[in-house]
Amino acid sequence: MADLTTTAPRAVTNPRATMQDLLPKLVLAPSFAVILIFVYGFIIFTAFLSFSGSKLLPDFSTWVGFGNYVRLFNHPNWITALKNLAIFSVLYIVVCSAIGLALAIFLDQKIRGEGFLRPIYLYPMALSFIVTGVAWKWFLDPGIGLEHVMQSWGWESFSFRWIKDGKMAIYTIVIAAVWQSSGFVMAMFLAGLRGVDNEIIKAAQIDGASTLTIYRRIIIPLMRPVFLSAFVVLAHLAIKSYDLVVAMTDGGPGTATWTPALFMQKFTFGRNEMGMGAASAIIMMMMIFTIIVPYLYSELGGKKK
Amino acid sequence: MSSQDVATRNSIFARAIIYVVLILFAIYYLLPLYVMVVNSLKPLDEIRQGNMLALPQQWTIAPWLSAWSTAQIGVQPVGLKPYFINSVLMVVPAVAISTILGALNGYVLTKWRFKGDSIVFGMMLLACFIPFQIVLIPSARILGLTGLAGTITGLVLIHAIYGLGFTTLFFRNYYEAFPTELIRAAQIDGASFFQIFRRILLPSSGPIIVVTVIWQFTNIWNDFLFGSSFSGFNSIPLTVALNNLVNSSTGVKEYNVHFAGAILAALPTLIVYIVSGRYFVRGLMAGAVKG
Repeated sequence: MADLTTTAPRAVTNPRATMQDLLPKLVLAPSFAVILIFVYGFIIFTAFLSFSGSKLLPDFSTWVGFGNYVRLFNHPNWITALKNLAIFSVLYIVVCSAIGLALAIFLDQKIRGEGFLRPIYLYPMALSFIVTGVAWKWFLDPGIGLEHVMQSWGWESFSFRWIKDGKMAIYTIVIAAVWQSSGFVMAMFLAGLRGVDNEIIKAAQIDGASTLTIYRRIIIPLMRPVFLSAFVVLAHLAIKSYDLVVAMTDGGPGTATWTPALFMQKFTFGRNEMGMGAASAIIMMMMIFTIIVPYLYSELGGKKK
Repeated sequence: MSSQDVATRNSIFARAIIYVVLILFAIYYLLPLYVMVVNSLKPLDEIRQGNMLALPQQWTIAPWLSAWSTAQIGVQPVGLKPYFINSVLMVVPAVAISTILGALNGYVLTKWRFKGDSIVFGMMLLACFIPFQIVLIPSARILGLTGLAGTITGLVLIHAIYGLGFTTLFFRNYYEAFPTELIRAAQIDGASFFQIFRRILLPSSGPIIVVTVIWQFTNIWNDFLFGSSFSGFNSIPLTVALNNLVNSSTGVKEYNVHFAGAILAALPTLIVYIVSGRYFVRGLMAGAVKG
């Protein structure tokens, strides 16, 4: 009752103030509620599914414990998917960063026509992975693409059949993915380079350091935050890689280019193995969170200080 | 400005190499687009027998017409046109809803801070990065239960929801830099929550609205995962239709039609990029460099 006497007068004298206190939260509430349900609620739902014996539809009557995970890691297609993810993500991240850094450094040399070149490097980022996939699928197709072109130019013995070769097909996906994303990494590095303090460089020049030394010893080490951002963005794109694989090979030849995302889709909706599909999605999420959560934590935490 | 000062000391030889490398890379990035455009303007025989890199001997726009209105997609010879319309009907409301909500959320999270607001923001931010595979099964279930399965409305809803994290992030970071004193002054003058938003914040939000709209438009237009998982016979978006066109196992492979179709699917986002590349890049960077 004591509460009533202390709060009531304020509410009477200034009803607008309480309204003003409440309104912002009311505005934010629907979005937050939707995120809570559609993201976090759904993650919990999928986590439950991964411990259930669900096949065609969600079925919470049979529990299999870690059974789905055990079957998952004993399934050759999942192992293939993990191996492909390892090959793909390492090459994708390393090659994109290397090309991105090199192009950024070159573009930063007071290049004439920078304004003309930069948009050319970046436009693939505006395309959908399906479009990229269609372009590269036919360009690398032995029948009409690169191999055919080289042979028609007189190099009869030229052979490039990676996309049809189970052992090499995953590398063609790397080629297309690098084409799509490396320009974006270039833009990140370029922004980083333009933010380097000029005084440091001038001091090094006075000390007689060569251009190469300045880049190797001073500028590139200063780029560490950009490397980290690029790594996080690329790693998370790699783990999610799905559309490009569907468009280029649809997982083929055979199961040679399956990725975890493709595995999830095929097992859940194609083979009616919802429990295993859910388990694979949980593993994917854990991989991404291992990379993203520490990053976001340090970014947000660092800002407050 | 900065590291550019190193450049002045390069020899002519080094500069020549730099230009060669830069131009070679420009060719590498342009090559697939060139291949698509050139081969979409050739008759099919010329692609099969001729050279993919050669200009057409016999120019034709028939592949474009076919891709737009008569190509066989799934079981129907209707071309990409109806799917293009589906994509437009899906993208416009989804972008509008997620942008408006993102703006309001960013406003609340920066100018009406409350206890626990950083936790709310953190949870919305993390939502940007989840692999969507994790929400596919329950989303399909919800859409089924609400009768929205296979409808454009269902796709709009899904895209709007999963875009909220990013739109909130964009507006929050932008409004963070906006002087809070102005808001407090307006409050003292008796301006209400929505008045402050409409009269003070919104007029200076032009750039961030452009960035957000471009980001959302590009992502939703280019989406394939949700489109292929949740669309029905009458709501298939363009990316899914393009994939059906190219990867259907039956019939003759009409490469020229595939290329024309791919360009059609890429055209809206490409135009946005060409018209407002600056904002496009800014969106990419904002999505990448957080905090």
